[in-house]
Amino acid sequence: MKSSWWKILTIALLAYTLIAGLLLDVPRLPILNETIRALYFHVTMWFGMIIMLVVAVIYSIKYLKSNDLRHDDVAIEFTNSAILFGVLGIVTGMLWARYTWGDYWSGDPKQNASAIGLLMYFAYLILRNSLTDVHQRARIGAVYNIFAFAAFIPLIFVLPRLTDSLHPGNGGNPGFNAYDLDSNLRKVFYPAIIAWTLLGTWLSVVRVRLKRVERKIEDKLINQVS
Amino acid sequence: MLRQIRTLMLKEFTLEWRQKYALNGILLYVVSAVFITYLSVGAKQGNIGAPTWNALYWIIILFSAVNAVAKSFVQEHQGRQLYYYMIASPEAIIVSKIIYNSILTLVLALLGYLVFSVILGNPVQDQGLFVLNLVLGALGFSGCLTMVSGIASKASNNATLMAILSFPVIIPILLMAIRVSKNAIDGLDWSVSVDKIITLLAINAIISATAYILFPYLWRS
Repeated sequence: MKSSWWKILTIALLAYTLIAGLLLDVPRLPILNETIRALYFHVTMWFGMIIMLVVAVIYSIKYLKSNDLRHDDVAIEFTNSAILFGVLGIVTGMLWARYTWGDYWSGDPKQNASAIGLLMYFAYLILRNSLTDVHQRARIGAVYNIFAFAAFIPLIFVLPRLTDSLHPGNGGNPGFNAYDLDSNLRKVFYPAIIAWTLLGTWLSVVRVRLKRVERKIEDKLINQVS
Repeated sequence: MLRQIRTLMLKEFTLEWRQKYALNGILLYVVSAVFITYLSVGAKQGNIGAPTWNALYWIIILFSAVNAVAKSFVQEHQGRQLYYYMIASPEAIIVSKIIYNSILTLVLALLGYLVFSVILGNPVQDQGLFVLNLVLGALGFSGCLTMVSGIASKASNNATLMAILSFPVIIPILLMAIRVSKNAIDGLDWSVSVDKIITLLAINAIISATAYILFPYLWRS
C-alpha cells in the first residue's frame, strides 16, 4: 500500500483530467472552438512520450555501463509505452486536424516529424526482434536507442521551428499562451501531463515486472533440465 | 591514434582498389539510377522544374550512399574483424570508416551531379554553395550510415534492416541538405542559407559524436 500511492494519484488525476477536461469552461475561439480540449488529450501525449523516451535512453546508457539486463527491461518497456503514446498522439492529432485544418494529413512539419520519429522506434523494435541472443539484443538495442534519440531530438525540436507550421505557436499562429492558458486551461493541462505520464509509467512498470518473472521462470526451467 | 586512423584508411583504399568491382559497381549504380529517373520522368533538358530536379538528385544520392556504405562492415570476414579488434582501438576504426565513407559518398555525389547535369540539365546557379552543401551532406550521410551499417552487420537480416534503420535517422540531414541545395539552385544570397548550414553542421556533429561514443560498445559485442 505504501508504494501504491502514486497509482492512486494516477487514477485521481486521470479522473480529474477526464471530468474537468470535458466539462470545464474553455475559451471560445474561432475555428478551434471546443477542439481546444485536444490540449488535454493530444498535446499531453507528446509530453508523456518524450518523458518516457528520456527515461528509456537513461536506462539504455545504464545498461551499456553495467551490462545488467534489468536495466534493459526498463528501457524496452518504456520505449513500448512511448510508442503507444506516440501512436495515440498521431491519431488524436489527425482527428483534431480534420476539424481545424480540414484534412487528416496536411503535411505539417511537426506532423511529418512525429511520423518519422515513430518510424525510428518501430525500426528499433524490428532490430531487437531480429537478434536472438538476449545480451546481444540488449546491447545493440541500447546502442540504436541512444543513436536514434540523438537524431530524434533535432528532428522534433529544431527542424519544425525552421519552417512555418500550422501548429499553434508556430509560423505566426498564436500559441495557447496568447490566450488565457494561465486561467482555465493550465489548471487542467499540467495535471493532465502528470496523469498521462504516470499512466505510461504504470503500464511500463507492470510489463517490466512481467518480463522479469518470465525470465526467472525460464531460467528455472533451463536449470531443471540440465 | 592518428597513425592508426591513417593506417586503417590506407587499408580501406587498398582494399577498395584491389576489389575494383565493388567500386565500379556502385559508380555504375549511380549512373543507371540517374538514367532510369531520366527515362521515367520523360524529361528533356531543362524540362523539369528545379524542386523536382533537387528532390530526384538527393533521393538518388541517398540510395547510392546506403548501398555504398552498407558493405563497409559486411564485406569483412568475422575472423578479420577479430583481428582488427585486437590491433586497433574501436575509435580509430569508426573514425577511419567515417572519413573513408565520406570520401566515397562525396565521389558518388559528384559523379551523380555530373551525370545529372549532362542528362537532365544543370539548373544550379550557385556552384560553390552547392558543392559545399554536398560535402556537408556526404559527411552527415556517412557518419549516420557507417554507424547504422555497423549495427545492421551485427544482425542477420542485412539489406532491409540497413534501410529501415538508417532512413528515419538520416531524414534530418537529408531535409536540411535539400533545403540548402534548393537555395543554391535558386542562387539565393549566402546569408539566407547560413543558419541552415549551421544547423546541418550541428546535426552532423551530434550524429558523428554519438557514433564515436557508442561504437566501442557495439564493437565489443
